[in-house]
Amino acid sequence: MPYIPLPEHLPGITGLLEYRQDTAAPIRELTQILLRGPSTLTEAERELIATVVSNRNECRFCTAAHTAAASVLMGEADTASQVKRDIEAAPVSEKMKALLTIAAQVQVNGKNVTEASIKRARENGATDLEIHDTVLIAALFCLYNRYVDGLATVTPDNPDFYIALGGRLKQHGYNRLKQGYDHLKQSTLHK
Amino acid sequence: MPHIPLTEGLPGIRGLMAYSPATARPLNELAEILLRYDDNTLTRGERELIGAYVSSLNDCFFCQNVHGALAGYYLDLDMQAIDMIKQRYETTTLSDKLKALLSIAGSVQKGGKYVTAAQIERARAEGATDKEIHDTVLIAAAFCMFNRYVDGLDTWAPRDRQLYIERAPLRAAEGYIDFDLYK
Repeated sequence: MPYIPLPEHLPGITGLLEYRQDTAAPIRELTQILLRGPSTLTEAERELIATVVSNRNECRFCTAAHTAAASVLMGEADTASQVKRDIEAAPVSEKMKALLTIAAQVQVNGKNVTEASIKRARENGATDLEIHDTVLIAALFCLYNRYVDGLATVTPDNPDFYIALGGRLKQHGYNRLKQGYDHLKQSTLHK
Repeated sequence: MPHIPLTEGLPGIRGLMAYSPATARPLNELAEILLRYDDNTLTRGERELIGAYVSSLNDCFFCQNVHGALAGYYLDLDMQAIDMIKQRYETTTLSDKLKALLSIAGSVQKGGKYVTAAQIERARAEGATDKEIHDTVLIAAAFCMFNRYVDGLDTWAPRDRQLYIERAPLRAAEGYIDFDLYK
């Protein structure tokens, strides 16, 4: 049971973003820019950063959601599952391994990012902006994960819920749906 | 030295705002709504104090001094009193409701799962509303983002703490959206 009354048909972050739409607007906009805006990192690569950070924050809802989003964007589920287990052994580029390592350091604390990990990212071709975006995406998910778990929102168990959510994140990104979310009241996936 | 090239002389998050104005806009808007909008039963001072407390737990020098000085300005407390709150707020003369909310914020800083039903119950018993509990969690979570952004890119910050106190009245007046980055 969430600590505050939230719409039952909107588990996880969505209910919170509907609960207070004025703060939700800039959070959604920031996420849309960082994860879907123009970038030299692919959408899937940026979703992997979100996945790794959420997993290390042990936020089950966000981890499942961004694992699903990354997987639907890549057309396979193996990579997202492997970056959670072991960044170095995952089938991603050397640059991505370096950026995911920076993200994992940010997850612990900003001060944990080392000169060596920045140097490694640069040596593997990462630009200043890619390093900047990696740090900010990782920091943003430290917000999301705490928001979702700090208010004890519901985490659905049905894997199909996250497949549907991943599809929605691929299709619509992070903007609020124009029609709102009332249509999800018909869905049984969150139960 | 910051990990990426930032405009010299712009401290903390201000250098990052100049570097990435597109992301700065929603970041600043979030800060303005959460910390400064008057449509809130928590005072600006109380909300800044939550930000300062979480920033001190995250050991972010820039953020804890900016927001500690703002909290001090709004609540009419000196640096020593703010430092005392950061170190042991339970022993201070803050309201019992604010102590309960600071305890929730402290748990959020560690991780969302650390917030317990007992902490929420205590806050409610002291009169905290749903929205106040919501905002406390979101402010604490937002500072876990801001602190990591500022320190994760190793931004520069003046070490003289008095500077932050001197700037606080201007920062309080200008807010988080409509200000001159270079002042």
